[in-house]
Order: sequence, then structure tokens, then C-alpha cells
Amino acid sequence: MNEVLTYSPILIEGTITSITLTIASAILALLVSFIVGLARFSRLRSVRWSAVVYLEFFRGTSAIVQMFFMYYVLPLLGVNFSPIMAGILACGLNVGAYGSEIVRGAVQSVGRPQHEAAISLNYTSYQRFLYVLIPQAIPMMVPTFGNLLIELLKLTAVASLITISDLTFMAQIIRAQTALTLEPFLVILIIYFCISSVLIAITNYIGRKVSKGRDTIQAGGD
Amino acid sequence: MNKIIEFQDVSKSFGSLQVLENLNMHVNSGEKLALIGPSGSGKTTILRILMTLEKIDGGVVKVDGDYLWHQKIGDKLEPASEKHLHKMRKNICMVFQQFNLFPHLTVLNNIVQPQILIKGVDKVDASNKAEELLALVGLEGKESHYPHQLSGGQQQRVAIARALAMDPKIMLFDEVTSALDPELVEEVLSVLRQLAENTNTTMLTVTHEMNFARDFADRVLFFEHGRIIESGPPDIMFTNPKESRTRDFLKNFIGGI
Ligand SMILES: Nc1ncnc2c1ncn2[C@@H]1O[C@H](COP(=O)(O)OP(=O)(O)O)[C@@H](O)[C@H]1O
Ligand SMILES: [Mg+2]
Repeated sequence: MNEVLTYSPILIEGTITSITLTIASAILALLVSFIVGLARFSRLRSVRWSAVVYLEFFRGTSAIVQMFFMYYVLPLLGVNFSPIMAGILACGLNVGAYGSEIVRGAVQSVGRPQHEAAISLNYTSYQRFLYVLIPQAIPMMVPTFGNLLIELLKLTAVASLITISDLTFMAQIIRAQTALTLEPFLVILIIYFCISSVLIAITNYIGRKVSKGRDTIQAGGD
Repeated sequence: MNKIIEFQDVSKSFGSLQVLENLNMHVNSGEKLALIGPSGSGKTTILRILMTLEKIDGGVVKVDGDYLWHQKIGDKLEPASEKHLHKMRKNICMVFQQFNLFPHLTVLNNIVQPQILIKGVDKVDASNKAEELLALVGLEGKESHYPHQLSGGQQQRVAIARALAMDPKIMLFDEVTSALDPELVEEVLSVLRQLAENTNTTMLTVTHEMNFARDFADRVLFFEHGRIIESGPPDIMFTNPKESRTRDFLKNFIGGI
């Protein structure tokens, strides 16, 4: 174990890389979730349809293959990404597809009566979403987004396969250099667990913040 | 008297269920109208058509001289665009059975937000107006509460204040006391009575409170199966209706009248 700990500088570096990858992909995924999720409510059939294609494509194909595609195939087409960029894109776009379903479901569950109240006050369809439906949907999204964030953290471990020096990558280096197997992987499991515990605590905190002052949300039809 | 609402041969079906069949009716400007009749007779549907929440299948509806569900393009009547509906809704506001306040906003912001967004009123004026209206419905001091912290009767009065803030020419009330505990009904009805007396806003109310209908309305319409069976001033409708079906219906309420 002591031997593994002499590698703590690269473990720290790997931890930082994993966290960076997670946070950057999470931001991208959040953006994609809202854009694709809300596109499902568009009046334009082509917009709705594009959102469904996006969702089914990223949900229906493997995240690892998507990552390989970004890193190994796109350069052949003249688009070059650094490994970390390819990792962020692949993780963010993939998780964003799942996130779009969370956004769509939450907005849908706000219910017809709220929609009708807004129509009765003459809100435009844009105002109905922005001021009535989305603010009520967000508290419902937070816990599910929290779960997805943990999934995202776990997904970033795959990024070592495209040479990103994240935690998993560092564990393999230590294993190669020390011939130890149990210890490095045990250490990174603990680190992953600590990171996810912090992420869970953060989402719980956000969850409490956004639902403050409104513990009963009117949902569903009448 | 100028007709602010006109239904001309209006038909409406839900699937195979025809709710309205060639309905003709009108409402005069400033009139207070009570719609009564058995459950399922199409009263709510009429209000929802006026609020543009329910399309019509045949006929035309006119509000303030303009087509509600149609727009004239050249000589032809085309289905109304969203833009046309938005213009028409400026004159109309509805209060719902279940209040439908915005649960994520305080009482004050429930009344302020629509003024800012729809009427372009600035925040200070919108707040002042909201405070005035809250006083009018007897809810001073509740500004910073959230809807779920209020009783049903209080929530419904906020909803009435919110509708009033939009200065509509036409207000629609759909059984606004049916979801309330009996002891809370009166506080809402007395607000409506007061409004009926002091404003010249056109008001349509669907209600099962016959005593209230008598005080509130200039004219009562009795519906059955989407047809107007009888209409007239409350004095006549409640004491001496012509139609036997009206009498049969009102018998159920005899204790209440
Ligand atoms: N969205 C709907 N889908 C199907 N049927 C409906 C819908 N809305 C109302 N109805 C039916 O239309 C009839 C008239 O309803 P409504 O206008 O609500 O009557 P009232 O308000 O007089 O009780 C009822 O039989 C009701 O079940
Ligand atoms: Mg009804």
C-alpha cells in the first residue's frame, strides 16, 4: 500500500482530470438536456423529430464507441479533438440524451391546469414554458439529474481508453510499474466513491434550495 | 345593447359525444350571466371555448365584434392563428374550479408577474395594483405567502385578484366554489357579489349556488344537453320558470333558494 501512496502525485492529477472531465461533461450534458428535452415540445414537427433522432441515436449506441468515434474517426474527416475534448463531447452528448428525457418528463408532469391558467392570463407559449412550466419542473428534475451525474462520473472512467490520464488511467500506470493490482484499484475505488459522495451531497443541497417555500407542487391533471 | 359575446350555430364534440349542437346565444356588454344546469350539460365547455382552451367544430363565436376562433382573410373565414388568439385573449380571463395559482410564486408575484409579462406594466405599478386588489378581496398581509400556505377560499380569492389585474372585459368563473369546504364558500361568493355590483365587466359564471346566482346575475341560462332550455332574469327563473324541466332541475335546490 505504501508503494501505491508514493504515486500519490499522479493519483491526485488523475483525480483532478476525472473531476474536470465530469464537471465539463455535466455542463454540456445539462445544456443538451434542456435543448433536446424542450425541443420535444416544439410546434415544428422537424424540430421534434430531430430531437427524437438525437435521443435514440445516443441512447441506442454505445458510449465507448461514440468516444472512439470522436477520437479516432473524426480526425480522419479532418476534425481533430484533444483526448480530453473528445471525452467531454462524448460523455456530454451521451448523458445529455438521457437528460433530455428527464427534462421532457418533468415539464410534462407539471400538468394541464397550470398550462391553462397561463393561457387564460394570455402568456405566449414561450412565456408559459419559461415562467410557469420549467420553474415548476426543475425541482422534480434535480434528484434524477443527481443520479445521472453519478452515472456520468462512472462513464468518465472509460475515457482512459482514449489516452486521457484520468484516475483509471493512472491506476493502470501504477499497476504496470509496481506489478500491484489490488492496491491501486482499491485506492481509486475509494477515490471514486468519495467524489460521488460529494456530488450526491451537492445535488441534495441544490434539491433543497430549489424546492424551498413550495413543498407542495400542484402536479397532474384535475 | 351591444353584444359582446355571440355564439352562432356553434357545435362541439368530444369524439362521438356531441356536447353543443348549433348553439345560439349572446351576452350583452356589462351583463352578469349565470349558467346553470345538470352536470355534463356543456356549461364548462362554453366557458372553455371562450377562453380558447377548446376549439369549436362548427359555427362561429364573436367576441367584441371580432371572430374568436376564425380570422377573416380576404372574404374567407380561416381558422384563427396563434397570433389572432393571443390578440383575442386580451379581453378575456378565466377563474378555475381548482384555482390554478402558480405554486412556485408568492401570492404577490402570482398577481405581479402576468401584469409585467403581458401588460408591460413596470414592477412598482404592478405591485401597487396587486396590493390594491388583495385588499379588495380581503387578503392584505398575505403577499409573501405561497399558495399552499393558504386555505382554498383564500387561494380562490387570489385567483380572482390575479384575473382582475389583467383588466379583462370579460371574466369567466367556472364553479369557483365547488372545490371548497362549505364554510369557505361564502367568502368567495361575497367577493363575486361585490364585483358584480361595482364593475361593468361582463361576467359569466357557472354555478350550483342558486342563491348566489339570484344575487349575482342579470340573466340566468338553464342548460340541458348543450341546449338552452330557458333563460330570463333571476326573479322569473327561480320563482316562476316556464319550462317544466327548469322546474324539475330547480327542485333539487329548493332548500337552497
Ligand atoms: N376533454 C374532454 N374529453 C372528452 N369529453 C369531455 C371533455 N370535456 C368535457 N367532456 C364531456 O362533455 C360533456 C360536457 O362537459 P362540461 O362542459 O364539462 O359539462 P358541465 O360543465 O355542464 O358539467 C360531459 O359529458 C363531459 O364528460
Ligand atoms: Mg363544469
